[in-house]
Amino acid sequence: MNHLLRPQAPISDAGWRLLDDEARQRLTPALAARRLVDFSGPHGWEHSATNLGRVDPLAVTPCEGVAGLQRRVLPLVELRADFELSRAQLRDADRGADDADLAPLDRAAHRVALAENTAVFHGWDGAITGIDEASPHEPLRLGEATDGYPRQVAAAVEQLLSSGIEGPYGLALGREQYRLVVETAEHGGYPLLEHLRKILEGPIVWAPGVNGAVVLSLRGGDFVFDCGQDLSIGYLSHDGEVVSLYLEESFSFRVATPEAAVALKP
Amino acid sequence: MGSDQYHEPADELPAQTRTFARLCASLTEEAEALGWYEQRLAVEPDPEAAAIMRDAQGEEFKHFSMDLEFLLRRTPRWREVARGILFRAGDIVENGEQAEAEAFEGERAGSERASRDDGSLGIGSLR
Repeated sequence: MNHLLRPQAPISDAGWRLLDDEARQRLTPALAARRLVDFSGPHGWEHSATNLGRVDPLAVTPCEGVAGLQRRVLPLVELRADFELSRAQLRDADRGADDADLAPLDRAAHRVALAENTAVFHGWDGAITGIDEASPHEPLRLGEATDGYPRQVAAAVEQLLSSGIEGPYGLALGREQYRLVVETAEHGGYPLLEHLRKILEGPIVWAPGVNGAVVLSLRGGDFVFDCGQDLSIGYLSHDGEVVSLYLEESFSFRVATPEAAVALKP
Repeated sequence: MGSDQYHEPADELPAQTRTFARLCASLTEEAEALGWYEQRLAVEPDPEAAAIMRDAQGEEFKHFSMDLEFLLRRTPRWREVARGILFRAGDIVENGEQAEAEAFEGERAGSERASRDDGSLGIGSLR
């Protein structure tokens, strides 16, 4: 048994499969960052820090005639969302019910995906520097009307090219911006989604948690998501009515090439 | 016919995968053409005809290289391995083994460990 304590939970093997499948289905469409940045790992729960290859000088040494340097590392963060499920619902699922109420798990999955995307694209105060925080480029403005989207996305791509950043490029769109892009056809009926895809030569990703949009290079090596424990469901406690569980992961994120992304504000 | 390049129902494949499959098919055809021209050149006694075929083979070099570059740009993991092999001196097999190890071993070890004993959902990278 590992730190997730899953064998301690009053949940059958079939119940665990149901919960894991449900979580996977809910998380996968929303984990936008994992579609656009490099993924390293998973390196396990015991993985605590990302090597940065940097050192800080130490002013004091244990004795004369020696010098000391201290390694600088990026600590991983633990991201967790608690939820409770009805044990009656889980028993129904064991009997073969295919409509067990797993809404609390679905909501937890949404919160985790939102948090992961937000941390990667906009940062996590005191823990992670986000892509748009690191970018030296002045953010572009998408504006209210979708008419201007191709121009602004093309301007972002041109800015990356001017900085020597190769494509292909990806586009993370916030919920509202994604909806607008998908529903819009330009003059002559050409879908805006296809027009943007041609400009980018890469994917357009639905990214809940992103404020506006971010254009970034997908050439590799510029943005690294360092995963310790990948997303998992663990057990906390239970009584006669409910079982308390949580969704959890550990990760760090670092921007190796700050100029490889341009933010587009709404 | 046109859909022979797909092993799965084309309407179930995302657009990116269909494009990837088309370029893979194109790469295969260019490689076949290169081999055919090489054989024809080896047996052609007429220097004028051989010159034309040599020129045509040059076109196939270009087409093959463009197809390959496109596929590498769209497939970062492939690109990572190719970086360790293409345009490098030394033993090709050794370079290949080293490139594979550098690109995949850490990832594979992590994934295997994850699926074996960490109880995770196994989502990992979605690229």
